[in-house]
Amino acid sequence: MTEHSFIRTLRHLAPAMPCLLFLVAFFCVPVVEILQTGVVNADGHFTGEQFHRLVKDTVFLKVLWTTFSISGLTALFSVVLGFPLAYYLSQMSESTRERWMLWIMVPFWTSYLVKTFAWILVLSKTGVLLTVASALGLVSDPAPLVPSMLGVMVGMVHAMLPLAVINMLPIMRGVNAQFLQAAETLGASRSVSFFSVFLPMAAPGVAAAGLLVFITTLGFFILPALLGSPKETMVAQMVIQAINELFNLPYAAALSAVLLVSAVAVFLLYDKLVGLSSLSGDTRASSNRKSAAWSTLALISIGRILGGGYRMAGPMVSRLNGLKTYGFLMVALLSLPIVIVFPIAFTDSSFLSFPPKGFSLRWFDTFITSSVWQASFIRSLGVAAVTAVLSTVLGVGAVLALTRLPGRWSKPVFAFLLAPLIVPRIVVAVGLFYLFSRLGLVGTDLGLTIGHTVLAIPYVVVTMAAALKRFDWRLDDAAKILGASAFTRQRTVHLPIMIGSVAAAMQMAFVISFDELTIAIFVSGGMKNTLPKQMWDDMVLQVNPTLAAVSLVMVVIIALLVITPSFYKKIRRAKAV
Amino acid sequence: MTARLQTVGISKQYDSVTALSPTDLEVQDGEFLTLLGPSGSGKTTLLQIIAGLVEPSGGRLFISGKDATHASAGDRGIGMVFQSYALFPHLSVWENIAYPLRMRKMDKAAIVVAVKDALEMVQMGAYAQRLPRELSGGQQQRIALARCFVYKPSVILLDEPLGALDKKLREHMQLEIRKLHKELGATFIYVTHDQEEALNLSDRICLMNNSKIEQLGTPEDLYDRPMTAFSAQFIGYSNLLTGRVQFAQDGTISLVGARFTLPLDARNVKGAGDVALVVRPEQAALCNAAEAFLKGPVKEVVFAGSDYRVFVDIGENEPFLLRCGRRDAPNVGDVVGLRWNPGHTAVVPV
Repeated sequence: MTEHSFIRTLRHLAPAMPCLLFLVAFFCVPVVEILQTGVVNADGHFTGEQFHRLVKDTVFLKVLWTTFSISGLTALFSVVLGFPLAYYLSQMSESTRERWMLWIMVPFWTSYLVKTFAWILVLSKTGVLLTVASALGLVSDPAPLVPSMLGVMVGMVHAMLPLAVINMLPIMRGVNAQFLQAAETLGASRSVSFFSVFLPMAAPGVAAAGLLVFITTLGFFILPALLGSPKETMVAQMVIQAINELFNLPYAAALSAVLLVSAVAVFLLYDKLVGLSSLSGDTRASSNRKSAAWSTLALISIGRILGGGYRMAGPMVSRLNGLKTYGFLMVALLSLPIVIVFPIAFTDSSFLSFPPKGFSLRWFDTFITSSVWQASFIRSLGVAAVTAVLSTVLGVGAVLALTRLPGRWSKPVFAFLLAPLIVPRIVVAVGLFYLFSRLGLVGTDLGLTIGHTVLAIPYVVVTMAAALKRFDWRLDDAAKILGASAFTRQRTVHLPIMIGSVAAAMQMAFVISFDELTIAIFVSGGMKNTLPKQMWDDMVLQVNPTLAAVSLVMVVIIALLVITPSFYKKIRRAKAV
Repeated sequence: MTARLQTVGISKQYDSVTALSPTDLEVQDGEFLTLLGPSGSGKTTLLQIIAGLVEPSGGRLFISGKDATHASAGDRGIGMVFQSYALFPHLSVWENIAYPLRMRKMDKAAIVVAVKDALEMVQMGAYAQRLPRELSGGQQQRIALARCFVYKPSVILLDEPLGALDKKLREHMQLEIRKLHKELGATFIYVTHDQEEALNLSDRICLMNNSKIEQLGTPEDLYDRPMTAFSAQFIGYSNLLTGRVQFAQDGTISLVGARFTLPLDARNVKGAGDVALVVRPEQAALCNAAEAFLKGPVKEVVFAGSDYRVFVDIGENEPFLLRCGRRDAPNVGDVVGLRWNPGHTAVVPV
C-alpha cells in the first residue's frame, strides 16, 4: 500500500473513530480484563488455577452441560417451530407481511422480565392453565408446572422464536418464486419442489437462526432463575451468584471466560461449516458437489413421501390453509401469555390469581406513587433516551466510514462493530462492573448509559448498514454533477432518504436500553435501579400484582415504539397516493 | 476553433484490468456524439471520466479549452442523465428540477420561472407536485432530462437513458431527444449499446471495443465504410467473405477464397494480404447463374414485414443473407445466383 492511499484510508476511517475508541474502552478493555482475571492470580502470575477448579467442580460441569442442553434445545425448537411461520410470512404480500410482523415484533421486543412474569402467571399452581384445567375437571390436585425444565423450555422457546423467524425470513424472501415454478413445470410436485429447491436455498438462513438463538441463550439467567428449579441453573446464574453472593471476582471471571470461549467456538465452528456471510442474508454455493447431489436425491425422496402422505390426507386439507392455521396459532401463542398480564394488572386482590378478583387501579397507583418505582421508571427513560442518541451518533459515523473504506478494511471493522452482539451480555456486564468499580462509575447513570450504548451499537450499525446497502449511489453521483458539495449532499440527499432508518436505529437502541437487565444488575450498584432491575428485585423476592401493572406499562411503551414506524409509513403512503 | 470537449490520452486502469486504454477524442460545440459499443467496451468509463465521477489513471481532459482533468463534477458545467434516471425519490418533480438551481444559489423568482420553462419544454407542466415514483418510466425520463438542462450546461451526458423503456416508447423518446438537442444547442454525448439508436440520433458515432475507439465517424461512414470486421458486424448486418487479395495482369483485383473468386473495386483495396469483403444484405441481389458472383441453394426464407430475409448456403460457415422484395422471394431449395456492385462494398482487414 502506498503512503498516499494509507492516509486516505485513515481519513475515511475518521468518522468511525469515536465509535471504535468507545468500543475499545468499554468493550475490549473490560472483556480482555475479564479473561485476564480468570488466568492471572493475585500476585500477577499466570495460572490455570481457576480453570482447574472449574474442571474438577462437578457442580459447574453439570451447570455447563445444562446450559448447553437448554441452549441447544431452545435453538432446535425455535428453528423447527419458527420455520413454517417464516415460510408462511415469506409467501405473503408486502403489506400483509408488515401487519403480521407487528405480532411478532411486539413479543420480540417485549422485555424478558415481562415474558417471564407472564409465564409464571400462566404456569404456576394458581396460574391460568391449571385453574382453567381444574375448573373443567381435567386435573385434580394439580402439580405446578413451574419451576421445572418444562417451564424453562416453554419460556425460552417463546422468547427466542421471534428471533429465529426474523433471521430466517430474509433468505426465504430472497428465494425467487420462479425457481419453485420452474421446478414444478419440470415435473416436481409441490412437496418435492419445496424440499429439493426451497429448503436447500433457505438452509443458510435456518443455520444462522439456530446459531443466533444458541449464542443468545448461552448467557441467559432470567428465565432459568424464575421458571426453573435449581436443577435448571445456567452458567450466567453462577456468575451473578459469584459476584453478588460470594464476592469472588476471579471465579466470576473464569466462568465468564468459559461462556465467552464457548460462544466464540460455536461461532467459528459455524463459520467453518456454513460461512458467516449467511448471517447477512447472502447465500453461498455448496462447495461439495458430491454431497450436494446426494442430499438433493434424499430431499427429493422426502418430498415424494411427504407429498404422497399429504395427498392421501385428502383434498380437504388445502396447503395454504394448514399454514395459515399454523401461523395464527403461533402468533396467538406468542402474544397470549403477554396479554394475560393485562387483566391481572387490574385485580383488586393482593394475590396473583386467575381470574382476577374485582377491578381496581390500585396497583397502577402503587406503581405511580411509590418513590422506588417512580425513580427507576424515570431513570430508565432517561438512560434509554441518552443511549439512543449516543449509540446512533456513534453508529452512524461508523457506518458512513464503512461505506468509504476499501473492502479489506471494512470487513474487519464491521465484524468488530458487531462483536458486542456475539459476546454474552453477562461477560460484558461483569467486565464493565470490574472496570467501573475502579473508575467510580458503579451506581451512576453515566455507567449505565455507557454499558447500554455498547450493547446498542451493533443494532444501530446493522440497521444503518442495511439502509446504506439499499441506498442508490447514483443519486449521490447525480447530486454531485448537479453541483452539490459533500456536506450538502449528506444534508439534502443522504439524510432525508435514510431518515427513516436513523429513526428506526434510534428506537431500537432506546428499547434495548429500556429493558436491559444484565448490565443494570451489576452497574446500578443496588441504589440506582432501572425499571427492569427493580422488577427483577421484586420478582426474585416475591411476585406481586404491582409487577403486572408495571409489565403492562412496559408492554404498552414497547408496542407503541414498534407500531409507530409502520403507522408513519402508512400515513406517508396514504398521502402519496 | 477549440473543441467543446477534448480528451488527450485519457485512460483508466483498475489494478490489472484496463477499463479504458489511452483515448483521444474531440467533440465539437453543439455536436451529438454517441459512444457506441458492447458492454465492457469502455464507453461508460469514458463517460464517467468526462462527468468527473471516475478519476482517470492518466491523460488529460479539456472542457471549452480549460483543463478539467481534476475539476470536481459540480464545477465542470456538465449535465448528466442517468440510466436509472436517479431522480431524488424524496423530492417532488418540481424540487428535483429546482435542485441544481438551488445549488447555484439562484434567486427564488428566477428558479420558479426556470423550472416552469423546463417542465413545459418536456410537456410535464401538470406533474410538478408529483413524486418520481408516481410517474411512468417515460415521464421520469422527461423529468431527468429537464433536471439536466434546466441549468443550461454546455455539455449534456446521457448514459443509456432509454435502456429501461419499451421499444415503442424508446422510439418516441429518441425523437424528443433529437428535438431537445436542436432546441438547446448544447453538446450531447450519448452512451448506448443499441446501434439503431446510435444511427438514428448521432452527428457522429464513436464505436468502442476492447476499451478503445474502434472507429469514429458519421453514421453513414460507419455503415457504408466500416474500417474493421468488428465495425462491419456491430453496425447493421454484414456478410463477411474472407480471402486473399489477388492482382491480375490486366489490372483487375479479385478476392480469392476457398470456394470463390470475387471482383474487388480498386478504390477499396489498400494492400495485399488476407481481407474480408463486407456485403450488406440490401446490397446483394438475385441474378441468373451466368452473372452470379456466388451460387447456392436457398436454406431459409423469413418473412420480415416489408420484405423477406433469404439465407443462401454458399458453402461457408455462415449462410449469405440478402433481402428480397415480396414478389421476387425464392423458395427454399431453389439454387440462386448472387451479385452486387463491387464499388459499393467495403474491404476490411482480418
